[in-house]
Amino acid sequence: MATDTLAPPLRARVVTVETVDRRVTIFNRICVGVLIAFALLWLVPILWALDTALKPNAETVNTTWWIENPTFAAFGRVFTDTDMLRWWASTFIASALSTVLTVITASLAAFALSRMRFRYRNLVFWFILAGIMVPSQVLMVPQFREFQSLGLLNTFWAVALPQAPTAIAVFIFKQFFDGLPADLEEAARVDGASFFRIYRQIVLPLSRPAVAAVAIFSFVWAWNSLLWPLLVLTNPDLMTIPVGLATVQGAFGIRYADTMATAVLGAVPLVALFLLFQRNIVEGIAGTGIKG
Amino acid sequence: MTTPSVRPGRAPGQGRSAAAFLAPFLLLYVLFIVGPALYGLLMSFFDTSMVKAGLSTFAGLQNYVDALGSSDFWSSLWHTVWFTILTTPPLVIIALALALLANRVGRGQWFYRLAFFLPYVLPSAVVALIFMWILSPGIGLLDTSLGKIGITPPNWLGDENWAMPALAFTTVWWTIGFNFVLYLAGLQEIPRDLYEAAALDGATPWQQIRHVTIPLLGRTTTLVAVLQVIASLKVFDQMYIMTSGGPNYSTRSLLEYVYDESFTNYRVGYSSAVSMLFFVVVLAVSVVWFRLVRSQQKEV
Repeated sequence: MATDTLAPPLRARVVTVETVDRRVTIFNRICVGVLIAFALLWLVPILWALDTALKPNAETVNTTWWIENPTFAAFGRVFTDTDMLRWWASTFIASALSTVLTVITASLAAFALSRMRFRYRNLVFWFILAGIMVPSQVLMVPQFREFQSLGLLNTFWAVALPQAPTAIAVFIFKQFFDGLPADLEEAARVDGASFFRIYRQIVLPLSRPAVAAVAIFSFVWAWNSLLWPLLVLTNPDLMTIPVGLATVQGAFGIRYADTMATAVLGAVPLVALFLLFQRNIVEGIAGTGIKG
Repeated sequence: MTTPSVRPGRAPGQGRSAAAFLAPFLLLYVLFIVGPALYGLLMSFFDTSMVKAGLSTFAGLQNYVDALGSSDFWSSLWHTVWFTILTTPPLVIIALALALLANRVGRGQWFYRLAFFLPYVLPSAVVALIFMWILSPGIGLLDTSLGKIGITPPNWLGDENWAMPALAFTTVWWTIGFNFVLYLAGLQEIPRDLYEAAALDGATPWQQIRHVTIPLLGRTTTLVAVLQVIASLKVFDQMYIMTSGGPNYSTRSLLEYVYDESFTNYRVGYSSAVSMLFFVVVLAVSVVWFRLVRSQQKEV
């Protein structure tokens, strides 16, 4: 009796689960399909640039993916016709300088804001946070005059210094430090360790995701910035990659293979950096609370 | 003012150590951000010129009056707003959709991160070179592809009506990776068992996304949207390289206007006033953001 009344609903439920399972499988297949289509679409411009760069200049107007006579000659010409090597070096020095300054100063400041009690702590925090809202481009004329009077135009300091105080870096570090348990350093405090020792030997080693996220983003932003370096680096010997590419653009005329080879080579260092650290980028953001 | 001692166990006199920790950052910050910002504010009240040293003669509010009365100011402001309208919705919605899909599929995440985030690390000049080649009339990849299906495309960057959409399209391709990663990070915070519970209740995948995932991503969406609006308002590089503000000034952004006035016409006092007006716009957007975030935090 009891089984009779139970059976039909049970059977019905089994059918439902199967239907749902099938729907889920179909749904998942559609998801994969859409995603792969988008991913391929997104890769087309990069692949097309590579494709063009591997063609002889005369062949570039064919606009087919097939390359009749593939050649690396265009890449070679970039090194003879432009200062690509020098641009790489300049951009690397300026970006590394700015990134190191950002990581050190922002993490120190965030440590104070997160771990120490002092008067006006909130005021200082809001004062720094306000910097997120100031568009750097708005500062360009006053900064230009400042570096002009300091005699630092056409130096890497002129590129690195204004990019170093990044308010969002302090914010990321503070969010991360706030998430570390307080009793971590209690023992060290009892032993009489200084704040600096706690920062260097306890907090900083635990903060590698935050350091990685801040370092990667500072480096990318510094590496790619165009407007400010364009203003302060007029000496061709010091040009960064974005400035160099902006000035060389058009110089090649209809030599599309050479132009694309320049673009590809201009992008290579950061692409390599990204490939090395792509895991850290998502983990860094996930662990630091920028996502809101 | 009395400060309530929140943590009585703490030793007094942390102020001095705190100052030492804050000093390096604050020094750079005041020297290169706050100082220049205040100097810019000061210049906006003077007839300062690029070619002469000092502030020159006092102009009062004249620069602001001139800016607000200038059709160039309003048209470049409109171009900036138009660009923001064209880029923000796709950069939020497509990024969310792609992150949802990538998170659901699970396998091969590295490939999607590669495809969508890689363009973000390219310098603007590289992006500009690639897209100028793809969009070039007649021989570009886009034109020839459209030609095969019988569509005669416009001269993208040379047509006043199409130059801005073409720039927006380039920008969506270039910058979507950042929002995509922010969404991926947000998705990782959502506990797995919420989906399992929903699945047990018989929710279809679409219902799970609609009623579990998207509401829980509310704060991420607010952040992404506002960071995107601010970033779009600050647009400069793409237009500077790809169209130089043309054709016929139809893509001149507000920052390009500031740049032109400062470094081509040398009217630094005037361009500072324009910068300050622009800052007010960005500030207004930021304030709205903080209010939204705060109201969301109260809900939680």
